[in-house]
Amino acid sequence: METLALLVAASMNAGTVLALASMGLLINERAGVLNLGAEGMMLIGAVLGFAVDVHTGSDVLAFVAAAAGGAALAAVFGALVVGLDSNQYATGLVISLFGAGLSTFIGIPYTKERLTERPHYEVAGLSHVPFFGNAFFKHHPLVYAVIALAIATGWFFQKSRPGLVVRAVGDSPHSAQALGLPVGAVRLAAVVAGGALAGIAGAYVSVAYTPLWVEGMVAGRGWIALALTTFAAWRPGRVLLGAYLFGGVTMIQLRLQAGGIQLPSQLLAMLPYLSTIVVLAAISRNSTRMRVSMPASLGKPFHPRA
Amino acid sequence: MKCDRPSTVASRARVRFALAGALALGPCLGACNKDKPAPPATAESAAPATAAAPSVLKVAFVYVGPVGDAGWTFAHDSARKAAAAMFGARVQTTFVENVPEGADAERVIRDLVSQGNKLIFGTTFGYMEPMMKIAPDAKGVYFEHATGYKTAPNLRTYDSRTYEGAYMAGVVAGSVTKSHKLGVVGSIPIPEVIRNIDSFTMGARTVDPKAETSVVWVNKWFDPPKESEAAQTLIDQGADVLMQNTDSAAVLQTAEKNGKYGFGWDSDMSKFAPKAHLASAVIRWAPYYEKAIQDVLDGKWTTGQAWWGVKEGAIDLASIADTVPTAAKEKIATIKAGLKAGSFAIWTGPIVDSSGREMLKAGETADNKFLHGITFYVKGVQGKPPTN
Repeated sequence: METLALLVAASMNAGTVLALASMGLLINERAGVLNLGAEGMMLIGAVLGFAVDVHTGSDVLAFVAAAAGGAALAAVFGALVVGLDSNQYATGLVISLFGAGLSTFIGIPYTKERLTERPHYEVAGLSHVPFFGNAFFKHHPLVYAVIALAIATGWFFQKSRPGLVVRAVGDSPHSAQALGLPVGAVRLAAVVAGGALAGIAGAYVSVAYTPLWVEGMVAGRGWIALALTTFAAWRPGRVLLGAYLFGGVTMIQLRLQAGGIQLPSQLLAMLPYLSTIVVLAAISRNSTRMRVSMPASLGKPFHPRA
Repeated sequence: MKCDRPSTVASRARVRFALAGALALGPCLGACNKDKPAPPATAESAAPATAAAPSVLKVAFVYVGPVGDAGWTFAHDSARKAAAAMFGARVQTTFVENVPEGADAERVIRDLVSQGNKLIFGTTFGYMEPMMKIAPDAKGVYFEHATGYKTAPNLRTYDSRTYEGAYMAGVVAGSVTKSHKLGVVGSIPIPEVIRNIDSFTMGARTVDPKAETSVVWVNKWFDPPKESEAAQTLIDQGADVLMQNTDSAAVLQTAEKNGKYGFGWDSDMSKFAPKAHLASAVIRWAPYYEKAIQDVLDGKWTTGQAWWGVKEGAIDLASIADTVPTAAKEKIATIKAGLKAGSFAIWTGPIVDSSGREMLKAGETADNKFLHGITFYVKGVQGKPPTN
């Protein structure tokens, strides 16, 4: 039973990286902007978070710096696609590559550094409850924060006026403009928010999950987060579910291997991708609903009409 | 020899191809920062090629990664510096870093030939074909290729016996484990990696006959978060000493986080995990580089395939922690002495595979061909290798 608890804990932990990045992408995609630069922003967050932690020893400052770094890179992207109407796909790819290169450069002095001893977290009073203690109450604060974030994001886009404004901008920027909404500013803000979350996701990797810095250490998670956002039909709850599912199946396949299960590990390595796609495709299979949930102007540049 | 002839070097390049391929969103994602055109050879000394006296041997090194990677390329470059210091004014060394495998490598190496380099080291598996193509065109230039298997009259290969380091790490693991459960995070299931896992387990079982090794393959050379996840899995299942064949220090870090033990691999990683670090199985290329340069200076260079280990000073178990029991330290010293003297071979029978089949008869010692073709787990490793 405790083994199962550890599996649940590991799955949530693994899913948190994806959920954080994916939630950020969800926000900027809801505003109609597709940012393929997630990987680059995560790497910038990872290297800045690590560097700041090395110098200050503070995890909080590390995450703040990572958020700022991710947001700054996203702002560059935003200035290009919103301000200058450049192609979102091409610009996003450039941002991804630029972020990867820049993070490598910034990280040169940090490849041999290490962080001070990592803190252990537990929720007082609950961490010793059998099963639940190990499964749910010994996590990094960000693991809980991302759940709160998913709920808040869901509420924001469904119930709040600013959330509806963002959606309006993402669905029909021209109508939004006709209503007097500042389309460009809303899109830029959404992009920056998404970048900040991607930066935090990156720092979660380098500061909490695998506390070290090596170039390219995010290793493709930004791209998985991008896919996850789409498969989850831009719904925060499904993003969270997909992220945990992906993390969970990853951990299960590793456990099967360690348990000596006789299946090719190459096949097992495919399972997280396969199962996440199947499950999310199944729950998002209603095409009408899918059309409704997809931001109608996603990826399309907005040219204000005079 | 088979084409899947393993190499840790191939790792660096494979990382990038794997990344780029998996993303399928651009031909060079995750690699472009490296794939920028390699700068022309960075000469260590400012002397232009033409000004070099004829007696100065020009030696060039081609690296797949940056010299500051703290791992594979770093180790090669440290050895280059050591060799350069040893020969002083008699040689002039040059290196080019961040050279991707494939067409770029060929261009860079041809360029180095035209600059008058007489001895050229290619330090990654993927330079094999380019070097094979250039060698016949560049008579009078000697080529050295790390971890490959193809040779030509002026092209030879060199590699290191990483399994000797794995075996010694195993001895330490066996003397430290309390749960009798060891864990290995494997990269790609190729003979070299399987041989390392086997050797690690054999070493452990000389001290703790009850020791069992669980293996988790991540099917990547480089993915630190995934390496951590694999390590965490092994720890959750009871392993208290971990080993890895992947490129980063992630496994060691995960051991540190969980209050368990681990090892450094390829380079000294003691700095990354002061509590968890038991020892580092390191590769030292300097002795080979010094020999190769000496061969050319003496006019004695002949083609061949070198596979160096503890005996030649190419492999070592370094920075053994104070917490390692004295008995284990003494045992390591004995093993090193035996390997150096040639009186001890790790792969000596009887060796039984995980299903109980005898692979090597009592008293029989494995030859290089046997070692290159190991695709089975020895007794004490759980499960079967994915290639079987």
